[in-house]
Amino acid sequence: MIYKIDEIINLNPSPIQQLTPKDFKTPIDVRWCSGCGGYSILAQTQRILASLGIPREKIVFVSGIGCSSRFPYYVNVYGIHSMHGRAIAIASGLKIARPDLSVWIATGDGDCLSIGGNHFIHAARRNVNLKVIMFNNAVYSLTKGQYSPTSLPGQITKSSPLGVLDDPFNPVGLALGSGATFVARCYDRDQKMMQLMFDRAARHDGFAFIEAYTNCVIYNDGAFDLYTRKESRAEHTVLLEHGKPLIFGDNMDKGIILDGFTPRVVSLTDGKWSVNDLIVHNEQDTTLAFILANMTYNPDVPRPMGVFLSIRKPTYDEKVTEQIEFYKSAPGAYDFDKLLKGDEYWELK
Amino acid sequence: MEKRIEYLEDVTIRFAGDSGDGMQLVGAQFSNTSGIYGNDVNTFPDYPSEIRAPEGTLYGVSAYQIHFARHKINTFGDFIDVLIAMNASSLKVNLPKLRRGGIIIANTAGFDEKNLSLAKYETNPLEDGSLSDYQVYKIDINRVLTHVLEDLNLNPKYVDKTKNMFALGLAYWLFNRPLEATENWLKAKFAKKPDILEANLRALKAGWNYGASREEFAIQYHIPKADLEPGIYRNITGNEAVAIGLVIAAKRANLPLFLGSYPITPATEILHFISGFKKFGVKHLQAEDEIAGICSAIGASFGGYLAATTTSGPGLSLKVESIGLAVMLELPLIIVDVQRAGPSTGLPTKPEQSDLFIAMYGRHGEAPLPILAATSAADCFNMTIEAARIALKYMTPVILLTDGYIAQGTNPFKIPKLEELPDLTPTFVTDPENFQPYKRDPVTLARLWALPGTPGLEHRIGGLEKEDITGLVSHDPLNHQKMVEIRQKKIDGIVNDIPDAVVEGEQEGDLLIVGWGGTYGAIKDAFEKMRQSGYKISMCHLRYLNPFPKNLGDILKRFRRILIPELNNGQLRAILASKYLVRGIGLNKIQGLPLKAIEVEMKVKELLNEVRS
Ligand code: SF4
Repeated sequence: MIYKIDEIINLNPSPIQQLTPKDFKTPIDVRWCSGCGGYSILAQTQRILASLGIPREKIVFVSGIGCSSRFPYYVNVYGIHSMHGRAIAIASGLKIARPDLSVWIATGDGDCLSIGGNHFIHAARRNVNLKVIMFNNAVYSLTKGQYSPTSLPGQITKSSPLGVLDDPFNPVGLALGSGATFVARCYDRDQKMMQLMFDRAARHDGFAFIEAYTNCVIYNDGAFDLYTRKESRAEHTVLLEHGKPLIFGDNMDKGIILDGFTPRVVSLTDGKWSVNDLIVHNEQDTTLAFILANMTYNPDVPRPMGVFLSIRKPTYDEKVTEQIEFYKSAPGAYDFDKLLKGDEYWELK
Repeated sequence: MEKRIEYLEDVTIRFAGDSGDGMQLVGAQFSNTSGIYGNDVNTFPDYPSEIRAPEGTLYGVSAYQIHFARHKINTFGDFIDVLIAMNASSLKVNLPKLRRGGIIIANTAGFDEKNLSLAKYETNPLEDGSLSDYQVYKIDINRVLTHVLEDLNLNPKYVDKTKNMFALGLAYWLFNRPLEATENWLKAKFAKKPDILEANLRALKAGWNYGASREEFAIQYHIPKADLEPGIYRNITGNEAVAIGLVIAAKRANLPLFLGSYPITPATEILHFISGFKKFGVKHLQAEDEIAGICSAIGASFGGYLAATTTSGPGLSLKVESIGLAVMLELPLIIVDVQRAGPSTGLPTKPEQSDLFIAMYGRHGEAPLPILAATSAADCFNMTIEAARIALKYMTPVILLTDGYIAQGTNPFKIPKLEELPDLTPTFVTDPENFQPYKRDPVTLARLWALPGTPGLEHRIGGLEKEDITGLVSHDPLNHQKMVEIRQKKIDGIVNDIPDAVVEGEQEGDLLIVGWGGTYGAIKDAFEKMRQSGYKISMCHLRYLNPFPKNLGDILKRFRRILIPELNNGQLRAILASKYLVRGIGLNKIQGLPLKAIEVEMKVKELLNEVRS
């Protein structure tokens, strides 16, 4: 069956060799506050998109509502700025319909985890081949400063003047628990790591989720400073690298061991522990990924950054296409007259 | 044996029994056979709402009603002429619908002490004289069959399972229908189980022979062929007609089809059918919720698919924000709402014309969109094609309203030739020269459709107000007004692309009956009957509810009184009042039941008597 849209799908692609980040800029002024973490995410995205070898017309950004969801207007590819929480649902339909496209979602902690939580967990579960960048600033910023599902207990916001009572989601844990096949965390201040994560996500076949700590200078300034500022981050984060032991600290003199199922910090200088005792990261180990994700709100251990999990499973869109391919040769395939007539029909003369 | 033959115009028969008695199956067979024979046929299945109701109980009764005639009919029959009751509960539940003097064929095996007590009968109605107003035929079907099937040495359970075929065979005799179609169907169904096949064939034949040979069955009824348009026909339910309509519309549009849907009664069957259409290249997503159902369809539409979502009342409530987005994005989308009684969960399995208001007004902001309504099961096909045509041509979401009654009922569907259906192929823009996403066709005002994957047309659309032509975000006050007006004008303009409303009967005068959607059959039957009795009345039935047909205002002016029967509290009446300043008279039935012809007739007579007195 040849469809009209195949004419579009099969058009000669635009040249990709000389693409630069500039090609992914739009003439629209970026309207984020100066100092917003979003700028860095935008810049790294444009850089990575230019390097992927995918023609611009094959890339689509879908977003919901929130500061982060302005994103599609700033990336010169196809885009939909949709409704609060619904980006992933819209993107799912698009990707299932058009597996030839590279479909990305720009979303925030409120958009993705609160109003859009249902779509997020189900797209992850189905392993729809989408790339989700979640700007986590732990606050509702576009609506001017209410607490979000990643705000911390006690946080003072406009809608929690006496402090937040809720416990936050652990986005990485939620993604893992929902079955995401690629899960990573990075932060706005580390451009190199962000680029690496975006590149990995782009090349991952399956649902990719990236939590990006994003500083909101207006409503939650410094929320992630401990993990993102030069002075403190070495002591408070640990980089996950496949096949490498978990070492961190200003002098790279600490490591993480597994005490039962509990990660614990040990010193590599007191003679009791050596590198050989440490957890060695394995991106394909789902169980380990959960253990590492659980370090997130634990003040006794550093916060993991990098790729928690990267496994290959058939994607939903692949499976849909496969079923259709399979039935191509089934009896009655594309026999529309038979469809109209059904099993029992009669003729009146 | 000598039998008298009586000729009848139309008959309504109802097969009723326990959920496990196979009544739906024989009902469908009787319906098909009558269609093949050449009658017009209209049916309605009536299942218990419990998934597996306990055996023999009142709430476990399952029935299938068939109205067949030598003329065109439009309803499944207000009253039953023949009731086949396989057990005591099925008699009790259905007796109120049987007309006085009607026929009861009762399987006495289903009237033992246990069945009587489950049906809450103190004495056996077949014996206590309470049915003296009816013609009662008592048959111990199980005993007859045990005898007929004796040499097959079947498990008694299987013997019991063939009693529906006996009932069907007897009904075939009673109305002189051939057995052949059912025999062929049985042969195909039980090809791999020869003993079950033999048992069913024998039971069917035994039913026929019972009627032919027993003295008490003195009359055989003949209902001659109806004068229907020649062609190839099948029976179809409204839900199946929508599902097939979507596939055929996509074929005629030369686009692949995508359905995003979440299960909801009574629309779920459409999802079932569509999910079985992989061999037609159809993609579907059973979404995590109603919102994802429509959102995934919006995504697919952006990707160049013919996209649809199917739902019922509560689901439509959940989709309204997304429909507003589709209005703003100006993307083609078909939203099928199989209406059920509301508000809230309401009566999920029961029909109501509940959603005209929400379809018309149920969005924040000015968000007009075309609304269509199907008049019958078969018409669901036509209106699905029409919804697709309008959606694609005008780049707009379209709401198609059906209801739980036409969704599950059947009538004969004249199968169209594929190539006779309109060509719906859209145009995709590919030329980057002067491309602007909100540039419009000067006639339809539809914006251009540019698909991702087209080099040089990269653009962003969204829910924020668009600047005219460029589609860029705009907060400009005058632009907003302009865009609201353009979107309205686009929908209003569809009026030039839809058929005029048709008045049947007097073209002007005293009384016009205006209905919409699924009540067509009841109104039409009442109208025909009264016209034949010499009443000077008129009817006009609407399938286009937004925009209304161009001539509707004129039509309404030509009548002194407008009767508006609706299965709601007067939604069309209110809309006509606000748009045309007409004060209609309501006939508002809000019982979760379909409208009956007799109810329309009574109301019309009441109004006409008013005039006389
Ligand atoms: S309010 Fe916060 S998140 Fe929004 S643009 Fe400003 S800094 Fe960024």
